[in-house]
Amino acid sequence: MLLLKIPRPRGYAGSIPASGTIAFLPLLSIHSTILSDLLLRTESLSVGRGDRVLLRELTIAVGCGQLVHLRGRNGTGKTSLLEVLAGLRSPVSGKVERTAGGLHWLGHKNALNGDLSVLENLQFWCALQHCDASAIAGALERLGLAKLRHRPCRTLSAGQKRRAALVRLLIAPRPLWLLDEPLAALDAEGLAYVGQMLDEHLQRDGGALVTSHQALPVGRDRLQLLEIG
Amino acid sequence: MLRAFAAALRRELRVAARHKGDWLLPPLFYLIVVTLFALGGKPNDPQLAAFAPAVLWVGALLSALLNLDRLFRADFDDGTLEQMFLAPHGPIAVVYAKLSGHWLLGGLPLALLAMPLALQLGVPSAVLGSLLAGLLLGTPMLSLIGGFAAALTVGLPRAAVLLPVLVLPLIGPVVIFGAGAARAAAAGLDAAGPLYLLASLLVLGLCLLPLAATAALRNSFD
Repeated sequence: MLLLKIPRPRGYAGSIPASGTIAFLPLLSIHSTILSDLLLRTESLSVGRGDRVLLRELTIAVGCGQLVHLRGRNGTGKTSLLEVLAGLRSPVSGKVERTAGGLHWLGHKNALNGDLSVLENLQFWCALQHCDASAIAGALERLGLAKLRHRPCRTLSAGQKRRAALVRLLIAPRPLWLLDEPLAALDAEGLAYVGQMLDEHLQRDGGALVTSHQALPVGRDRLQLLEIG
Repeated sequence: MLRAFAAALRRELRVAARHKGDWLLPPLFYLIVVTLFALGGKPNDPQLAAFAPAVLWVGALLSALLNLDRLFRADFDDGTLEQMFLAPHGPIAVVYAKLSGHWLLGGLPLALLAMPLALQLGVPSAVLGSLLAGLLLGTPMLSLIGGFAAALTVGLPRAAVLLPVLVLPLIGPVVIFGAGAARAAAAGLDAAGPLYLLASLLVLGLCLLPLAATAALRNSFD
């Protein structure tokens, strides 16, 4: 069996284990400069929900410094695919290989408890992810949430909640970002923040796979469009 | 992992402090149910004292069920569960913390409240120690079995209706040994036997049920 080496990109540290039945291959080595730059790769991946198979025999690769924009009509399986890539769900068949450096997952839900403040939610997330909570203040400042940090999340608007969820991407640098509709509910300023964050992430040799019905606010040179459905 | 456990437990207590009704409701329900039993019987009826351990146990069980469906529901609805599963050590520390929080805020107050309620039902003071020991060993099992059932049903609509059907049959041995310890003490026998069995069940539950709950939570994504 051919094993694939996926090195940790520059500027990133830490690791998370793969979960579910998705295979993570920490691997031996392979003499290919193309493959060695990959953060995520799938092999003959089929994804389903319930007893329906939504996507069949899918091969995706996300390299360092690469942004894949996943597009498709509602119900084609974009979210299901992202959940499988993140390791939250099992694929129907096929294999997913991910970088050892860890990933950021931003789903449709913001993972914010409405009874807790923005700061309390993020502090809990840091404890959960074993990352340094000292970066929270700067990240909140950057996304324009510093004044709202003590507000209960249930009192925030949908856009403010989305920004609070995006703060996690800045707190703990991770090479691979899997973002499901990250632009939902964001205003023009929020879109600009996300564009900046994605640009900086790609410059640090990070990679991202993003679903969005809107155009992503980044340069086209590193953007790859993947249409499904 | 300890850091995640402590943070999750602190979070549980913090959320509970902001929703006092959620954890005040079970003890209030317990108080009402047991008091209605006392009012329904004849004053100083020895039969009432004989049935008291069963009444106190079943009352505690039903009260603990009241807020069980919310144990993982909020985290499932807001997406925190997904972040828990992507944590470096997985969700097990948080699952233990949530079950501990449920017992601290639900089971422990019920066990303590059972003492004055037992006196109300005419239970001799010599039996109170065995009753309390049984409840202190048994109420964590309510949280563990209930937590497992809550995890199994977290993705289902109207889980609150399904939960009692899942929990009540599983909790049978705990009620039998818990009430049995109090009955044995009332009959002047040694209550250690049923209490040891309860403790064994608790150790087994502590080792296995959080793992089972974690596996059930993972299924909620499918």
